[in-house]
Amino acid sequence: MLATLVRLVGDLELAQDAVQEAAVVALERWPRDGVPANPAAWLTTVARNKALDRVLREGRRGPKEQGAMRMLDRPDDDALPDSVVRDDLLRLVFTCCHPALAPEVRVALSLRTLGGLSTAEIARAFLVPEATMAQRLVRARRKIAGAAIPYRVPADHELPERLPAVLAVVYLVFTEGHTATSGAALVRAGLCEEAIRLARLLAELLPDEAEVLGLLGLLLVTDARRATRLDATGEIVLLADQDRTLWDHPQINEGARLVEVALRRSAGCPGPYALQAAIAAVHAEAASWPATDWGELVALYDLLVEVLPTPIVRLNRAVAVAERDGPEAGLSVMHALDELHGFHLWHASRAELLRRLGRRREAAEAYRAALACQPGDAERRFLERRAAEVAGSAWATRHPSP
Amino acid sequence: MPQYLALIYGTDQPAAEPDDFGRKMMADYQEFGEAAGAAGVLAGGNALQSTDTATTVSVLGGKGGEVVTTDGPFAETKEVLGGYYLLDCTDLDQAIAWAARIPGAWMGKVEVRPVVVFE
Repeated sequence: MLATLVRLVGDLELAQDAVQEAAVVALERWPRDGVPANPAAWLTTVARNKALDRVLREGRRGPKEQGAMRMLDRPDDDALPDSVVRDDLLRLVFTCCHPALAPEVRVALSLRTLGGLSTAEIARAFLVPEATMAQRLVRARRKIAGAAIPYRVPADHELPERLPAVLAVVYLVFTEGHTATSGAALVRAGLCEEAIRLARLLAELLPDEAEVLGLLGLLLVTDARRATRLDATGEIVLLADQDRTLWDHPQINEGARLVEVALRRSAGCPGPYALQAAIAAVHAEAASWPATDWGELVALYDLLVEVLPTPIVRLNRAVAVAERDGPEAGLSVMHALDELHGFHLWHASRAELLRRLGRRREAAEAYRAALACQPGDAERRFLERRAAEVAGSAWATRHPSP
Repeated sequence: MPQYLALIYGTDQPAAEPDDFGRKMMADYQEFGEAAGAAGVLAGGNALQSTDTATTVSVLGGKGGEVVTTDGPFAETKEVLGGYYLLDCTDLDQAIAWAARIPGAWMGKVEVRPVVVFE
């Protein structure tokens, strides 16, 4: 857009100022009124008017006035080249996901400015009152304007530092949709779709970034299994028990192709999103749980633990080892993860392996320990069912499901 | 061009004979001052004496009221304001980049606050 304006105004500084002013107006208005059908054309028009105002206000003569006259000559509905739209959206992405904004603010601002959600919808999705969300957006816009958070795409050398914040925003939107941390509904599909839309946008804007493709692949493959994650009554169905014929296989194939490209472009050191996407694709392409390539998964988890050494990643690696080498081997890997004792999934995974080994009393104890970690509603009901199965009906009677 | 105040917070240290650590810190601050000055970013700045020299002043009952003084800083906190720089920067990214070069950023923390422009 700057290029367009420089062409129209004939003055780089004036055009830059005008674009900045237009961006500030956009950040005030778009969250309130929604994003216009053609954001770049809208911004160019506003920036052109700002530049014109300034030329008239300052009574400049010479080339700038001529530039202003040229702008007046142009109709508002300029057809803009794709590259202009691309740069413009990318600037908005990096402004909305600036590291000087709090993560929850980045998420809200991105959904409002880049996504199609209203303030009320975002508030509902994140289980906060609408007034709170509106306030959060107002504060964000005030900080962007007040602290002069720039409206620009980071230089190539800054990208490794800035891109993770952008990807984290999209991933956070997806996981909020995929697994509610509280409340009754486990899947809030609207947020998943919004996250995929944002990831597609990023992949169009930054097609050379392996992690962007990895993120899109991860979201597509994970989302393709959405229909089977819960049964008809809203209860959790484990990956092992899901009906794989109901998965969205065209979407899995699209995701898997992106994973291949992402891994190829990673130059030997794939990032966390590309690796997680590869893991999701191995699961999604397996004909069944037993037919899954567990050796490949352990190898991928070994790489992932290097770049993303989180508790859940280490736990999932132990689960893959258990499937490859047997429950005893898995238990011994899990046993070493002693920092996970407050985490319900650690207890639940141990319980599952103990159950398979026929160690029912220990399994029941592990399910109880998982429940003591206060998981979400749907996970709690699942663990209660499993606990009842291994311990007999007496325990379930003492702890009836709601 | 926007201005930013970089407020340098760290642990309170009463003046002492400079040791090796103190001399290194002074050299680091001098290096920052020279770099920021050469880049045309530095609009001002000072180091403050330790908070045991501070006096907090308030006026009770509105303008012209009773002047009340308290020995010590306004808020007793572990990390205290130890100095500041006033920076001329094009935007927050540039201000953050310069703030990260202030020795206080690795010995304590630097808060970057945009200066209000009254039009």
